[in-house]
Amino acid sequence: MRVLIRKEELCDGCGACERACSSTWFKEENREKSRIRMTVETNGYSLNACTQCGECINMCPVEALSRDKLGIVRLNEKVCVGCLNCVGFCPSLSMFTAPGVGKPFKCIACGICVKACPTGALSIEEQPEPIEKIFYRRHQ
Amino acid sequence: MNIYQNPYDIENIKAGHKVIAEFDYDLKEVERGYVGRTLSINVGDNTIKAKPVDEEMKQKFTGGRGFCMKLLWDAVTAETKWDSPENALCIAAGPMGGVTQYSGMGKSIVTSISPLTGIPIDSNVGGYFGPYLKFSGWDAIEVSGIAEKEVIVFINGDEGKIQIIEAPEEDVNTHLIAEQMVEIFAESEKGKKAICTVSSGKGARHSFYGCLNFSFYDRRRKVARIKQAGRGGTGTVLAHKKIKALVCKFSGLNEDSNNVADLDRIKEVGAKFNRELFELDDHQCDMRHVGTVHLVELMDEYDLLPTLNYKFGRHEKTKYITSHVFREMFTQGIPDGCWYGCSMACAKVIDDYKLQTGPYKGDVISVDGPEYETAAAFGANMGVFDPNFIAEANFYCDTYGLDTISWGTTMSFVMECYENGILNPEITGGYDLSFGRGEEAMEMLHQLGRGEGFGKVIGLGIRRLKKLFVDEYGADPGFVNDIGMECKGMEYSEYVTKESLAMQGGYGLALKGAQHDEAWLIFMDMVNKQIPTFEDKAEALHYFPMWRTWFGLVGLCKLPWNDVEPADNGETDEPAKVPEHVQNYVDILSSVTGKEYTKEELILMSERIYNFQRVFNLRMGSGTREGDRIPYRSVGPVTNEEYESRADRYDKQLKEEYHFETEGKSTTEKREKLREIREDNYQKLCDAVYKRRGWDDNGVPTIAKIKELGMDFPEVLEVLNAYYGS
Repeated sequence: MRVLIRKEELCDGCGACERACSSTWFKEENREKSRIRMTVETNGYSLNACTQCGECINMCPVEALSRDKLGIVRLNEKVCVGCLNCVGFCPSLSMFTAPGVGKPFKCIACGICVKACPTGALSIEEQPEPIEKIFYRRHQ
Repeated sequence: MNIYQNPYDIENIKAGHKVIAEFDYDLKEVERGYVGRTLSINVGDNTIKAKPVDEEMKQKFTGGRGFCMKLLWDAVTAETKWDSPENALCIAAGPMGGVTQYSGMGKSIVTSISPLTGIPIDSNVGGYFGPYLKFSGWDAIEVSGIAEKEVIVFINGDEGKIQIIEAPEEDVNTHLIAEQMVEIFAESEKGKKAICTVSSGKGARHSFYGCLNFSFYDRRRKVARIKQAGRGGTGTVLAHKKIKALVCKFSGLNEDSNNVADLDRIKEVGAKFNRELFELDDHQCDMRHVGTVHLVELMDEYDLLPTLNYKFGRHEKTKYITSHVFREMFTQGIPDGCWYGCSMACAKVIDDYKLQTGPYKGDVISVDGPEYETAAAFGANMGVFDPNFIAEANFYCDTYGLDTISWGTTMSFVMECYENGILNPEITGGYDLSFGRGEEAMEMLHQLGRGEGFGKVIGLGIRRLKKLFVDEYGADPGFVNDIGMECKGMEYSEYVTKESLAMQGGYGLALKGAQHDEAWLIFMDMVNKQIPTFEDKAEALHYFPMWRTWFGLVGLCKLPWNDVEPADNGETDEPAKVPEHVQNYVDILSSVTGKEYTKEELILMSERIYNFQRVFNLRMGSGTREGDRIPYRSVGPVTNEEYESRADRYDKQLKEEYHFETEGKSTTEKREKLREIREDNYQKLCDAVYKRRGWDDNGVPTIAKIKELGMDFPEVLEVLNAYYGS
């Protein structure tokens, strides 16, 4: 599966990734609407983005979340009812919500931020998919 | 997907349909939680009409239970009985109903004149019906009349059409008809989640405690699952009206179907609460894995688990029915909320359960629950400590449309009567109904489903059975009144209240009858000793019933309020109130409606309806101190066996609190003295509570109180003036 890999030790906190992301997906430079979040820490910076672990798939009451053929966890906005269970139950707090946006959003490993990053802190890599914990598919 | 040995023929069912009334309406969007009209259907004369909701109705009655109580009041007279054609079955969500961002926001309230009590019942239930009804364009529905032939009522919220349809071929039992409605009214597999059904079952036709099942389609299991409006016999009312099902279809749910004033604020509160559940639930109540059955072991530990008809509070065999057992039986890891977005997700399921008895023996079914009340009633109270019996009886109660609490408590009463010789095999049809006889109890349940034998007699409920046992079988009226656990005609739910005076009031002073949903004060009172005086208890019996009433007014579930608590809740001034969660609700109500509320205003909303409902009880011939009497089994030990099981505690109380010398006294003497004291205490508690609530010393709201609340409508004053003699 495609995953955005973050080397936080290379991050210089410039915020180019957030600007590139929100400009691409929300047509505005607004870090609240970025699918990657940079935070200033005492010893540097942290970069938070979806690891494609898939925990949220099991949380969704309407099955709006699923893995695509590249292994990326994607939200079908037409099906989503905006309940935010996925936001609260994301182990890494990488499912986001923002004022004025009804549905949650997350990194889909598109690579826009990788191109924008001046320090090489971000890259897209292929990783093996995790074993899905529970998928209820009996009687099918 | 359930697997049946005798599958139904859906085409045959559809072929039997004949539309006998039709009503087209304009689809109207919800604005800030309200539509502004209610739906009135009479299946007797097949009329369907809309009624407006004005600002005064919103301001005084709020919605949900408030709207349902008003519609019911307007529909009936003082002479109306449960089976009168004009008795209405009213269902509503509330202004907050249908919000998806916070847990527990999809509840419906049902009201009707109860077959058990003769006064209004209000019952809170999950499933999709209430919110879908609102999003289909109706704040509430009232159904009256008695149909000539069996019908279904179909509300199509996608097209703005309502139909009354003759439905001769549908099954009656819920697990089948709920699925059949999905098959018939959904266009595709994806569309099945748009269909929800309200139904009862064959048992509801033969019992006074029939329940209503509200469905919600489980996409992963491909099963129309159900939650119950269990209490008070609303399923009996539906069955008597010859309505097989109320069906609502709504496909357009989105994150803001309520058109709220401030969605961002709701999202903020909802995301915070979801995280709280993620971090804390596993270490607190573990609702997400076991639902409410975690209470089984907790109640046993505190000697509060009703055992053998409430004689005792714990049992050595409780270990066989704890949440640890059910955790293994429940399928884990699936969103189990009964409304979209409920991350508490307590509606657990035993999948692939092969039925062992009854008309569906051999079918493989997804069985709901059990919840705590069912596990406690069937397991400990009836003395059948077998999780499979609990699961099977739970399934059959649900599909037969029977309230698990009333059936379980009634069976427990019957078992004690059997062990005391009031009943015998000649009366029961040859069945040994001693405590612990699971197979025989199951046969009684199937007899009730079929309307046959002594099983059907058990469907009368405890109040009618007491009279029958005295009149027909020579039972001692004092004894059966002491051990028959009902108040106002409704059976107790599953808590031992003997050592908590406040909780005795929680049951006895509940408006609808013996249900714990108004106040659950045992820990505050008995364990933590936070409310020692009569006045303290009265304050708790004012605040908590008002607070808990509010959930029903606005369309919510109570569980997310205090079945998970913020990590720092214990450091707040009033941890029992869970202040942070109260503020969450204040924020969400304000955000839905666009009007800023305070927590005090929420209590005021409830006080209006609570007092209105108490006057409603008075109007129907109850609603005074007499109706608040409770059986002595809920107050103290009825028998010497019970006294001796807790002799240390009782002796100590007699000596230290009441200076009664127990040395040299017989158990009977001590038990009788304790009874005298405790019965007197209960009356003193009533005095204090009536005073705190603004009622007279007979438990009737004063005219001044009604005026203060702004509920002095002419019809309300008419009832009070007749009582006060002015």
